[in-house]
Amino acid sequence: MSKLPTDEEKRDYWSHSIRWVFIFLTIWFIASFGCGILFRTWLDENFPKIGNAPFGFWMAQQGSIIVFILILIAYSKVMGRLEKQLER
Amino acid sequence: MSQNAWNLLFIGLSFAAYIFIAVRSRAGSTKEYYTAGGGISPVTNGMATAADWMSAATFISMAGSLSISGYDGSRFLMGWTGGFVLLTILMVPFLRKFGKATVPDFVGDRYYSQAARLVAVICAIFICLTYIMGQMRGVGIVFAQLFGIEIWLGVVIGGAIVFFYAGLGGMKGITYTQVAQYIVMAFAYTIPAIFIAITLTGNVIPQLGFIGDYKGGEGAVPFLDKLNNINTELGFAEYTSGSLSTIDMFCITAALMCGTAGLPHVIVRFFTVKDVKAVRKSAYWTLSFIAVIYLTAPTVGSFARVNLIENLHDTTYAKAPQWMKDFETTGQLAWVDKNGDGKIQYFGKGKSDSKKDDAVFAGSTPSFDSSTARGAYGQRLLKNDIITNNPNELWFGEDMMVMASPYMGKTPAWVIGLLMAGCIAAALSTAAGLLLVLSTAISHDLMKKIIKPELSDREEIKWARIASFGALVVGCFFAINPPSAFVAKTVAFAFGLAASSFFPTLLMGIFSKRINKYGGISGMICGISFTLLYIIYFQFGLPGLGKGTSAQYLFGISPEGIGTVGMLLNFAVSFIVSHFTPPTPQHIKDLVESIRYPSAALGESDSAPVDH
Repeated sequence: MSKLPTDEEKRDYWSHSIRWVFIFLTIWFIASFGCGILFRTWLDENFPKIGNAPFGFWMAQQGSIIVFILILIAYSKVMGRLEKQLER
Repeated sequence: MSQNAWNLLFIGLSFAAYIFIAVRSRAGSTKEYYTAGGGISPVTNGMATAADWMSAATFISMAGSLSISGYDGSRFLMGWTGGFVLLTILMVPFLRKFGKATVPDFVGDRYYSQAARLVAVICAIFICLTYIMGQMRGVGIVFAQLFGIEIWLGVVIGGAIVFFYAGLGGMKGITYTQVAQYIVMAFAYTIPAIFIAITLTGNVIPQLGFIGDYKGGEGAVPFLDKLNNINTELGFAEYTSGSLSTIDMFCITAALMCGTAGLPHVIVRFFTVKDVKAVRKSAYWTLSFIAVIYLTAPTVGSFARVNLIENLHDTTYAKAPQWMKDFETTGQLAWVDKNGDGKIQYFGKGKSDSKKDDAVFAGSTPSFDSSTARGAYGQRLLKNDIITNNPNELWFGEDMMVMASPYMGKTPAWVIGLLMAGCIAAALSTAAGLLLVLSTAISHDLMKKIIKPELSDREEIKWARIASFGALVVGCFFAINPPSAFVAKTVAFAFGLAASSFFPTLLMGIFSKRINKYGGISGMICGISFTLLYIIYFQFGLPGLGKGTSAQYLFGISPEGIGTVGMLLNFAVSFIVSHFTPPTPQHIKDLVESIRYPSAALGESDSAPVDH
């Protein structure tokens, strides 16, 4: 077992993880509220269609859910890496 | 084999499996009863959580709601999955590190007060009860359809089954039965969708058919264009447009998301895995399992819409398919021959004189004449006043859509049997998880921590069983007299309550050292009472004030979305009150500091498995 992290390393870990939480939540907000609700009409008109579905509509019904899964996978990997750095 | 035989075969088989698993893994101690003793693998836990998560509302009502409101139904899709992201990132790792089995436990300790614990217990009871109402309604609808009985009787039968089954195994039994239930649900949902996708779009994958071409008529047209055309021809809004205002849509989605993150029965799920790494892994597995059904729901809804209109509109009642008459028997569908031509006409608001009305009759649900009296064409007669300012003759509940879709798509009889088993699995798994949390809130947080600390393990489990019985009786009562005719809407109220109480209080408890007990308690009370009163005022009416109309909505936000306002109120009250009252004591600041480092790698002891 390696030595325990110092207080400074712990604070560093916390500020890093908080920064990542903000990044993930920003993506989360853009994919759901942004594409699916607030800018949907604009996206429907100006973005390429997904198959035959208008972009904003497709994001609201399918795309946002796919993005959510990707966020959680990335979150798991990133946090795992942050903790590994501390273990060393 | 007849349809009934297939139904009973699938339901019988799935039940035999659940009961076998539940009996094999009976809880031996309170620890096992509440959290299955920790140590369940991330994938297993992911599946169980997915089953717990996907309630009867998801399974039965969501696709129906999508089918009727098109784009507007996206609020459920985004709300319930998006909330899961919030839950995983903002709540679960920290609450787990804190190491208590229940949410009121966290609130009580973090806000260092028994009063806070009590308020949290009361909030948990309100939330779970509202949610159970929705589930029991769902169970009732399935049993009604299954045996051709009225919904109230279906609710009573379903309630008896849930009670027997939830009290038996505790969390350990529930986890493993939920895995079985997830598998049943996933097949039950996707297989009918695949069959219908092949007939309508020629595509095996429903999600591709949804954005592909419609092959039912002459030549290929984009499926969504076909759907929009059908809708607008009959005077409905375009399927891909929707009619909710942006602010209402935003608030409802936000309330569903934040409510999801504050739902006590799902938070508890993550206490059953080994360490925080496994929690994060379990979270993305859960969401992937959930997505199997959530990504299929919009396709089921849209296919059902096309099929429903092609099957029923402008068809004579005499020639209408048998399934329509079956749903009429259970009271989920009604036809009034306004123009006396013997044909079913289904029109939207756009066809009425005022462009605002498509009601068939006065009131929200049909009340039928004595069951033997029949109209000129053999239809059931209504006691409601008939509304004649519009040509629409057909009423049906959103909840029937999913169950009717395999009939409409003319799928084989065994597919329908499988679907029935899936519906029951969905309602049972969520109801069982909720009853468990509710009974824990009462036996552990209320009885043991507040009223009678010397309670023994055995007595605690006894109280838990008494509490779940009581909750079930109340749940069944409201399932028979529901606050809203549709399961998804009733459930949305539960999320509003959770969003306005637990979500902000937990969030501030985790991320702020400044919020003290006065702030926490007053925030929760203000948030949940505001939301509850708003919902009651607009759904039931308040004594002395009467019942509100939609013109009086605050900023045009409907009761479904008001949880978002309640949440902001909770945040504001907590901050202001905490600012003017004594700061939090040092040991609470240390506690908040310590849960920031959830992993054992940080030199902190990992808390799992949770113990009392």
